[in-house]
Order: sequence, then structure tokens, then C-alpha cells
Amino acid sequence: MVQKLDIFPESASQTAGPYVHIGLMPTYAGNAGAYEHEIGESPINEGAVGEIIEITGEVIDGTGWTLRDALLESWQPDAKGIFPGQPGADPKVSGHCRFAADAESGRYTLRTVKPGPVTGRGGQRFAPHISLWIVARGINIGLQTRIYFEDEDNSKDPLLARIEQRPRVQTLIAKKTGPGRYRFDIRLQGEGETVFLDI
Amino acid sequence: MAELADLGPLIPRNREMHPDAFDPGYKTSVTRSPHWPLLSLESGPSEETGPTFGHSKFGALDNNLILNWSKGAAPAIGERILMHGRVIDETGRAVPNTLVEIWQANAGGRYRHKKDGYLAPLDPNFGGCGRTLTDEQGRYQFLTVRPGAYPWPNRGNDWRPMHIHVSVFGHSFGQRLITQMYFEGDPLIDRCPIAATIKNRAQLDGLVAPLDMAMSRPLDFLAYKFDIVLRGRRQTMFENKLEGM
Repeated sequence: MVQKLDIFPESASQTAGPYVHIGLMPTYAGNAGAYEHEIGESPINEGAVGEIIEITGEVIDGTGWTLRDALLESWQPDAKGIFPGQPGADPKVSGHCRFAADAESGRYTLRTVKPGPVTGRGGQRFAPHISLWIVARGINIGLQTRIYFEDEDNSKDPLLARIEQRPRVQTLIAKKTGPGRYRFDIRLQGEGETVFLDI
Repeated sequence: MAELADLGPLIPRNREMHPDAFDPGYKTSVTRSPHWPLLSLESGPSEETGPTFGHSKFGALDNNLILNWSKGAAPAIGERILMHGRVIDETGRAVPNTLVEIWQANAGGRYRHKKDGYLAPLDPNFGGCGRTLTDEQGRYQFLTVRPGAYPWPNRGNDWRPMHIHVSVFGHSFGQRLITQMYFEGDPLIDRCPIAATIKNRAQLDGLVAPLDMAMSRPLDFLAYKFDIVLRGRRQTMFENKLEGM
């Protein structure tokens, strides 16, 4: 026998299921008025400093079919790379957004401020990115990934540098489609499968 | 400005405590599960920070599902229950002031969602969602009705056990978790392909709330206790300083 470790295992994840929207996005589910203020309606308020951008895309399954029921959350710092709650953060940036695939087209849209680069432990410098968390029916534990940007210098990013198969890096990079507009599709499985993170 | 101490990186997720992405018993997971291995990295600022939600966003009835849909006008139909518990992290620390959101079917097993066409009727006085912030000790409470079991399209005749969906934030985006609470004694738990995605029996048992008579209120409601454990952080005296924090 040995001493007992004082560690409690993390609660097991379960799928968010097909009706996740009634809990997290009631208006989207047809239940407007359930709450006076919903969570994560926008990651920015009027007056946020920096470039306002719009990212659109789809979440696509292993057969090439676009999910109509995916729910996503994003988390990001402000234009200077400072997270909400940290000293000097832009008070107009809440950093968190909830958005869903359109029930008809499957298209999602995220309107936000373009984040700045982030400095981590030991001085690690991350290229500008937005963290994503994706849940839906059939997804047993929320999928983590990141959106990087085609028009930024991603060459020294420590996360992208860890991807051995270099063509897969492209799955994390949003493509510019116009001024302030980007496209970012998420492929859950198969050809062009997005790099998902355990982080 | 005073410098905040580095709380340390998140403890890497022990994936054996969770379902695999691919589980053929749960058919929808077959085409929605990544095939390639996840990229494992130590957490950084993007995972260690997270959103906060002020009390001003919340309404007085947000954690009372018996009354919140009707704005207090009329109670929902069903077996009245108190769902309560604590949110802690893997090191046993309480997680205070964190957002807990729940959603569920009504007492007949029907969700108020445009995609749910089950023949059990909607309850005009039940919406099916609630939310609250944990207190300083990490405690939370909801008053609701016990959800009904319901059939779902998977194998020929699959039924979901009675369950309440639970979403928790913690203080870091990397702690984000969605799970489900089941009820002690429900024979459908062991027949459910979604519950069965959890291969570790102790982990599945950890999602089954016991009847808690000490917290039940005579002549009013029964109580079920559901504690939630989120990822913890590795705090040693040998971590590098996290710049900007």
C-alpha cells in the first residue's frame, strides 16, 4: 500500500445532444425571453479598439455533410493580446462568444475584434488566434481548436510548430476572403481533418 | 499594479476518464469523431484565462425551472426536485462564482426545442433551462421537476434515462465541460448507449446523483446531490512566470 493521492478525477464529459440550444442559446432554439440577457451574445461591445472582423464557416462531418446543429464558443484577447480581466485589457472586449450553425444552411458567423499576439509562460509568443470549443450531438467531449489568420506571421507560433505534417497547419488558418472577412471551415473527420487540441 | 501569481498550467486532461470520440454504440459519433490524434500541448494564456459573468446578467428566477418559464405565474407539472451540489477542481478546491447552466426535458420527456417532435406534450409552464453562479464555497442549487425518460433514434428501441444536461465554465476556458446528471436507481442508465460511452464504471457512477433526503423539504420537494469536478492546475514553486498575468 501507498499513501492516497488527494486528486479527484474530472467529471466525465457527455455529449451536449441535439437540444443544447435550449440551455445555452434559448432564442436560437425558439425560446426567446427565457432569459433577459443571454450569455455570449457578442465578444465585443461598441467602441472596441482594433480591426472588426467577420469569420464565417461550416462544421463538416466525415461524409462531407455540414452540421446544422453545431454550437461553438470562442475565447480571445483584445487587439493588444490582453485577455479580459488582465491589467490594461480593453473594457469593450468581453472575449467570449457563443454562436451556432444556421439551422438551414449550417453556416456560422463570428463578428469580433482581431486579437493581438499573446505572450505565455517563459516568454513564448503565440501568433494572433481565437480559441474555439465545439459541441454537438455525436461529439462526446467538446472539441478544442484555434483560428489563426492567413495575413499574420504564423511562422514562429509554438503550437503550429508542433504539427508534424505541415499541410495540416492550413486547417487552423482562416483564409482572407475580403477586407476584414475570413473563412474558417472545421472538418471533424477524414480528408482535411482539422487539427484538434488536447490543451 | 500588483503582479498576480502564476497559478500554474492546467493539469493535462486524463482522457481515460472521458468517452472516446468514436463509439459505434452511439451512432452519430461515428461520422463526427476526429480520426487523427489530438495535438497535446501544455496550456497557455488562451486556456488558463476565461470569461466571467456578472450577477447583473441574471434574473431572480433563473435557477428556478418550476417558475422561470411562466415568470412566476404558474408552476410546471412534475415531481418537484432540488438539484444541488458543489463545483470543485481536481485538487479539491472549490470553484466559486462560476456559471452553471442546465437544460432538460419536461416531466413527460419532451424538450421545448423546435426539433423535438416526441408525442409527449409540452407543458405550457415549463421552458427547461436554468442557470446560476456558484457561491464562495462552489455550491449551486436549482429547483426543477424530474425530467421524463424518452425514446431517441439510434438502435431500434433506445431510450434516454432521466437526465439533466449540465454546462460548466470554471475560471479557465480549458476547463469548459458539458456533462449529464442521471438519477439514482434508474434502470435505463445501464441500457443507454450515451451513458455507455463512458467506459470507466466509477466515472459513470460519478454522474449518478443520489437521493438526498437531508436536503429535501418536507411536503415540498425531494433533493438530488450532484457534485462536479473540473480540471485543476498544477501549482508548484518551479513554474516559470506567465508574462502579462
